[in-house]
Amino acid sequence: MAETAGAKETVLARIRAALDDASEVGPVVRTYRWHDDRERAAIIAELVDRLRDYKAHVERIAPAALPSAIADACARHGIRRLVAPADVPAEWMPAGVEALRDDPPLANEALDESDGVLTGCAFAIAQTGTIVLDGGAHQGRRALTLVPDRHLCVVREEQVVGIVPEGITRLVEQPTRPITFISGPSATSDIELSRVEGVHGPRTLHVLVVETART
Amino acid sequence: MVAPAHVGPLPAFPEAAKTALADTQLRRNLAKATTTIRSKRGNVVGELPDWEELRAAGAAIKADVMRHLDRYLLQLEESVIHAGGQVHWARDAVEANAIITGLVQAAGAERVVKVKSLTTDEIGLNAALRRAGITAVETDLAELIIQLADESSSHILVPAIHKNRSEIRDLFRRTIARDEDLSDEPQQLTAAARRYLRAQFLAAEVAISGANFGVAETGTVAVVESEGNGRMCLTLPRTLITVMGIEKIIPTFQDFEVFLQLLPRSSTGERMNPYTSLWTGVTPGDGPQTFHLVLLDNGRTQVLADEVGRQALHCIRCSACLNICPVYSRTGGHAYGSVYPGPIGAILTPQLVGIERAKTLPYASSLCGACYEVCPVKINIPDVLLHLRGQITAHAGALNPEAIVMRQLAAIFASPKRYERAQKLGRQGQRVFMHDGVIDHLPGMLAGWTHARDLQALPNQTFREWWRQRQRENERASEGGREKEIG
Amino acid sequence: MRVALFITCFNDTLFPDVGIATTRLLERLGHTVQFPQAQTCCGQMHYNTGYQRESIPLVRHFVEVFGDAEVVVAPSASCVGMVRELYPKAAALSGDERLITAVRDLVPRVDELGEFLVKRTGIVDVGAYFPHRVTYHATCHSLRVLHVGDIPWRLLQAVKGIDLVELPNVRECCGFGGTFAVKNADTSVAMLGDKVRSVLDTGAEVVCAADTSCLMHIGGGLHRLRAGVRTIHLAEILANTEED
Repeated sequence: MAETAGAKETVLARIRAALDDASEVGPVVRTYRWHDDRERAAIIAELVDRLRDYKAHVERIAPAALPSAIADACARHGIRRLVAPADVPAEWMPAGVEALRDDPPLANEALDESDGVLTGCAFAIAQTGTIVLDGGAHQGRRALTLVPDRHLCVVREEQVVGIVPEGITRLVEQPTRPITFISGPSATSDIELSRVEGVHGPRTLHVLVVETART
Repeated sequence: MVAPAHVGPLPAFPEAAKTALADTQLRRNLAKATTTIRSKRGNVVGELPDWEELRAAGAAIKADVMRHLDRYLLQLEESVIHAGGQVHWARDAVEANAIITGLVQAAGAERVVKVKSLTTDEIGLNAALRRAGITAVETDLAELIIQLADESSSHILVPAIHKNRSEIRDLFRRTIARDEDLSDEPQQLTAAARRYLRAQFLAAEVAISGANFGVAETGTVAVVESEGNGRMCLTLPRTLITVMGIEKIIPTFQDFEVFLQLLPRSSTGERMNPYTSLWTGVTPGDGPQTFHLVLLDNGRTQVLADEVGRQALHCIRCSACLNICPVYSRTGGHAYGSVYPGPIGAILTPQLVGIERAKTLPYASSLCGACYEVCPVKINIPDVLLHLRGQITAHAGALNPEAIVMRQLAAIFASPKRYERAQKLGRQGQRVFMHDGVIDHLPGMLAGWTHARDLQALPNQTFREWWRQRQRENERASEGGREKEIG
Repeated sequence: MRVALFITCFNDTLFPDVGIATTRLLERLGHTVQFPQAQTCCGQMHYNTGYQRESIPLVRHFVEVFGDAEVVVAPSASCVGMVRELYPKAAALSGDERLITAVRDLVPRVDELGEFLVKRTGIVDVGAYFPHRVTYHATCHSLRVLHVGDIPWRLLQAVKGIDLVELPNVRECCGFGGTFAVKNADTSVAMLGDKVRSVLDTGAEVVCAADTSCLMHIGGGLHRLRAGVRTIHLAEILANTEED
C-alpha cells in the first residue's frame, strides 16, 4: 500500500535520526545456566512433582502399560469420544472409545462435542513443569489440544529436559512451527484475587510419563 | 490512548492520588494483590541461582535491540513475509487504527475477538473500531468485566482489581448471564464467563492480539498468558491481526531462553505461566490462514532519541515494578492517568506523550529504588526519573516560582556566610509556626508537611555553633594550662 | 585517622546532637575529628528535584572544602549516596574536566558513618551502651544506593544492654523522598502510616536509622499521633556509653 510504504520509510528515518549520536553498546554476555547437570532420575522426578503442583494427573508407566493406562484414564475421566491426531499409533487408542481422527480435519463443533484429546508432545521441561507441543509427531494441529475439555498427553522420559534453555535449544531447529507451552491448566486471579483454575482450554490434564525402554 | 489527546494534560498526580487513597476498597484490593504477588515473585526468583545473570543478559539484549532497531525491524519484516504473513507500519495511533479497521473490513467481519493488549489500549483501538461499526469483544476475564462495566483498567496485570465479586455477579446478571442463577463465587463467575466466551471464540472470524515478543531472526511472535483466551484467539479464527510496539523485538529465537525465564517469574510470580503461544506467519492447516503484523511507533522513536530515557523501551511489561512500588500499591493505576502506570509509567508516559502533558508523573516517586531492584531487564528507573525532572524544570523556565526559590537557596548554600545567616533567620522566623515548642503548621509549598506531621523546632544552637564553642573552650583551657606553667 | 566531618545542612540546623554524637564517638575511638567550617550542603535536594545545573556550584563547593581530606565521614546515608552516585553525573553535566577529575578523586574517600566504622576501620563493637528496646529502619539510600547491607544491624547488635527488635517490612520506603514529602504529601503520609504501624508493632521505645531525614518524617508522624515512641540516629546510640 502506498500509504504504508510512506509510514515504513518515516519510521525507519526517525529511528536512524534518533540513534544518530548514540553510543555503542557492549556485547551480550551470557553467563546464565545453559545446562542442567542433575541426574536424569532427579530431573524426571521434578517434572512429575511440578505437574502435580499444577494439579495435573501424572502417572509413570512402563512402555508396555501405555495402552491400558490410556484406557484407564479415559474411563476415569469419562471420555467416550476421543480426538486424536492422524499419526497417533492405533495401539494407543482404547477399545470401547469412539476415535475421532483429525483426518480429514475435524470441525470446531466436533472438537467441542468431544470428551477429550490424546497426543504426544515435542518435549517437556522439568524445572517449570512445562509440556511443549510443536505440531510434530503425534501432536497434530493446535485446535486439537485447545477445544476438548480433557487432554491426555504422553511424554517419553527421553523427551524430558531440565531447564528452559535446553528446551529452547530443541526448538531452534524448526522455530517457525506453531508452538504451545503448557504449564498447568489455565487460571485467573481476576476476581478478588481468588485463583480459579480452568478458564479456557482443557480443564483436565492427564500426563503419562513413559519410562525409557530397557534393552 | 496512552493518554486521551482531546483533554490536554493528564490529571495532576497529587490530586488524583488523593482521591484514590481515600477509596477503601481499592486500597484493600491493591494491598492484597501486590503483597501476594511480591511474595510469590520473591520465592520463584530466589529459586534461580542465575537470576542476576539472566537480568544482565536481558538488559544487554534489549540495549542491543534499541541500538540497532532499524536493522532488526527490517529483518523481522522479511522473516514474517517469508513465512506467509503481511507487515504494516503505523507512525501513530490514528494510522494504526485505520490500518486495523481496514483489515477487519477487508475480512468482512463486524465482530472481532481480542486478547488483552496494552498496545491496543494505548491506541484506543476499541473506540476506533466501534466508530466503524465493528464490535471488539474483550476475552480476558478482567478486560471483559471492565468492558461490560464500561470502565478503564487499574493495573497492567489485574485490571479489575478495583471490583469485588458481588459487583461482578451483578454485572454479569445484567449482561452475559441474564437467564442464569449466579452466585458470587469466583468459580461460578468464571464458569459463566467461560460459557459466554466459548461461543464467541467458536464463531469468531477475526482476532486481534498484541505481542510480548517478535523475533527478528525467524519472524516468530509470542503471546504469554494465563487464561487460554489467547490460544483461542490465536488459533480458531481465519484472520489474525497482531499489533506490536516496535520495541518488542528480540534478535534471535534462542533469546526466548532468557525472556521466558524473566517474564513469568517477574509478572505473576510463577515458574512459567499456563500458556505461551509462538507462531510464525501462517502454517497451512493450523490456525489463521491470514496473518497481519502491524508495527507501531506512536512516540517510541521519540523515546529512542533520548540517550538516558531510551532504556524505558526495554520494558517487557511484567509489572514487577508496580507490585513493589510503595506509591503505586497505594494509589493504583488510575491516578497516573495513563495506560502505563506505576514506575515504568512515570518514565515511559512522559516520553511518549511529551513532558508538558505529564509533568507530575516523574515526581510521583520517593526515589526509593525498589523498582530498579526488581526490574528483570535492569531499567534504571530512578535515573530516568531524575533525568526527566531535569527536563521538566528546564521546560518550566527560570521564572517559575519554584525555580526562583531553588536558585535563591542554591545561592545561599553556595556561600558559608549566607548559609549561616539563613540558619539564624530560620531560628527566629519559626516561632510564628510553632505551638507548644513544636512546628505544627507551615506556609505555602511546605504546608503539605504539617498537614499530618509535626516538625521539631530548630534547636537553639546549630552544630557548627557548638563546635566553635567547644574550640573556644579547648583553647581557653590550653591557654589556662600554659599560664599555669608559665606563672 | 584524621576524619573530616561532613555534618550535612540538615543535621547542622535541625539535629546538631547527631553531629555531637558522631564527634564524640569518633574521638572515643581514637580518631582526630576536623570540621571544615566552610561546608554547607551537598546539593541533593536541588539535584533530585530536577535542578541539576543549580546543584553544580554546591558540588564545586563541597569538593573545594573536602578535597584535601584523608577521609570524609557523614552521619547521613542519603548525602553520601548523593556524593557517590550523583556527583560524577553532576560533574559530567558541568563539562568541567577539573571538576570531573576532582570528584572522581574524592568520592572513594567519602564514607557514611557505619561504613567508616565497619568497612574502613574494621570495628563492630564501639563500646556503646543503650539499655532500651530499639527497632531499626533501613533507609532506601543506605539499602539501595550505598548497599550497606547488615552493617548498621551488626553495629547495633554489639551495643551493650540493647533490646534490638526487627522492624516488619523493613525494606519498604517510609515515604519521605525529599520534596516528595510535600509535593505528594497525601501519598507520603499514606506510606508513613504503614511505617508507623510497623514501628508500633515492634513495641520499641525508640526507632533508629542512618538518616535523620527519614527520622524527621517518621518522628513527625509519631509525635503528631502522640504515640510515645521517639526517634534517634544511629550515631547517638553508638556514642552513648555507660558513663552517660
